[in-house]
Amino acid sequence: MYSKDGENYFIVDSHVHFWDGSPANQSNRYGKGFIECFYDYHRNLSPEGWVWTLEKFGKYSEETMIHDLFETGYVDKAIFQPTYLSDFYVNGFNTTEDDGAVAERNPGKFIVNGAFDPRDGEAGIDRLEQLAERWNLKGVKLYTAEWKGDSKGWKLSDPWAYRYLEKCESLGIKNIHVHKGPTIYPLNRDAFDVADVDEAASAFPNLNFIVEHVGLPRLEDFCWIATQEPNVYGGLAVAMPFIHSRPRYFAQIIGELLYWLDENRITFASDYAIWSPKWLVEAFVDFQIPEDMQSEYGVLTPDIKRKILGLNAAKLYDIEVPESLRVADAPVDSGEAVGSAPKVPA
Amino acid sequence: MTTAMRDTLAMRAWKALDTVIDPELDQPVTELGFVAALSVRGLETGGHEVHVLLRLPTYFCAPNFAYLMVADAHDAVLAVPGIETARVELADHFASEEINAGVAAQESFGSAFPGQGAGTTRDELEELRLTFQRKAHLACLERTCRQLIRSGWQVDALAETKLGDVPDSPERESLLRRRADLGISNDPGEPLFVESTGERVPADQLPARLRFAKAVRISIDGNSGLCRGLLDTRLQRMAEEAKG
Repeated sequence: MYSKDGENYFIVDSHVHFWDGSPANQSNRYGKGFIECFYDYHRNLSPEGWVWTLEKFGKYSEETMIHDLFETGYVDKAIFQPTYLSDFYVNGFNTTEDDGAVAERNPGKFIVNGAFDPRDGEAGIDRLEQLAERWNLKGVKLYTAEWKGDSKGWKLSDPWAYRYLEKCESLGIKNIHVHKGPTIYPLNRDAFDVADVDEAASAFPNLNFIVEHVGLPRLEDFCWIATQEPNVYGGLAVAMPFIHSRPRYFAQIIGELLYWLDENRITFASDYAIWSPKWLVEAFVDFQIPEDMQSEYGVLTPDIKRKILGLNAAKLYDIEVPESLRVADAPVDSGEAVGSAPKVPA
Repeated sequence: MTTAMRDTLAMRAWKALDTVIDPELDQPVTELGFVAALSVRGLETGGHEVHVLLRLPTYFCAPNFAYLMVADAHDAVLAVPGIETARVELADHFASEEINAGVAAQESFGSAFPGQGAGTTRDELEELRLTFQRKAHLACLERTCRQLIRSGWQVDALAETKLGDVPDSPERESLLRRRADLGISNDPGEPLFVESTGERVPADQLPARLRFAKAVRISIDGNSGLCRGLLDTRLQRMAEEAKG
């Protein structure tokens, strides 16, 4: 929980990692390139004093993570999102098992998400079932642009993806986090295309689709589908740190999200260890839309901030929120112009 | 084959690279700092060879966009009179080898990645380029309209506005270039507010289309800032590593 100026905020960090990108775990030059790429994101968008050495960034201790999230970072609950990268790292970069071990040693602090790849066919369905049972999964993290053998990616609307999504539904996995974000992974086909999220979200109205990194660098495509699908959410990982380096741009992102979606479908995330929740939470609570943009975007009230910082994700994951930290659940309209807008050419 | 000759050719080659655009960011690779080095050397035949070294903001920048830029750079410098051969090299990228070899051999993007199945055909790559040319057009259109509205224009009037009504400005210039890329006429009598197909947007749909165009513009501006920042950080890190 974070408190400032008499306001209290329940914090859910919806996107954290416990990874091993150290040289000892790197299988090849891709593994080296991947962690360096993450590190450049970290270094480019972190405030002074928050930049780690590449060595610490490559592999940090569990103790460091617990400290940064819960002791100083105000986080009440953190959601682990796995990133396997088995081709780049000997033991994987950040597996469900790695995350799960940390979660079990620190009861009550974490939610463990899994992953699947529909190109694994029938065998993958069985694995998903086992994973769900072992870790009581409520969510998965998916990378549709991942290369695998002779495939350069897959779509959420593929027949096999639908089979996996059906399986998710029957296993009680209701939160589907989809990476449609910056190009930090060998991606090619449909790198910019979020149309498959649109189709899948229509086909599975009981599942929630959280588009990570709010579709950046294709914010507009994400906004477009999110206006039309009520079960599509925007995850703020990677968008958050702009609050420090480019506050006006950050205001535009938040403003656009509030315009096209609404305040109930945006979730806070640090993407730890790329960035740390402490400075992000503090900066967000202090943040306001610049005056010259307020006529268009309005202002961020403490209730809007409370929803984004924790309550929206708490709702997705049935996280118990102390009564004093809740807000009245008033329905919010996304704006009238949106529904009547013309179809966007592909 | 004097030094002066080589310098002149190098300058022309740089200038030619101004026409190579990052499709996603809608800016020349020269302005974005992607051209790490350029040199010209004399050949025994009496002609000249140009060598261009490109470096992108991250090791994992999307290979399809990278391929487009390397191939475009290759074509651009080769079109400079006096330059006989060109070597364009993408450095420090996970797919450098495949892309460099593919462009040098003038292969399609797909065949540059053997073992990757059907791959992506030239047509698909051109389709990708077109998608981003459309986005760029929409963003430039929004910039132009925003400027008009700031100077007192009413949104209602935009549907009837002709290109010839729009005062000269850098925004107007960049819009005209994007229209030309898409084959839309720049005749002064042509309507300003058109889709990327050239089709006029009716007055009742225009405000919503303008609002979407704004989201596109914000997205492109934001990416370009991010990529510039990442490239700076990357170059700094590489320089530190080189120092040890």
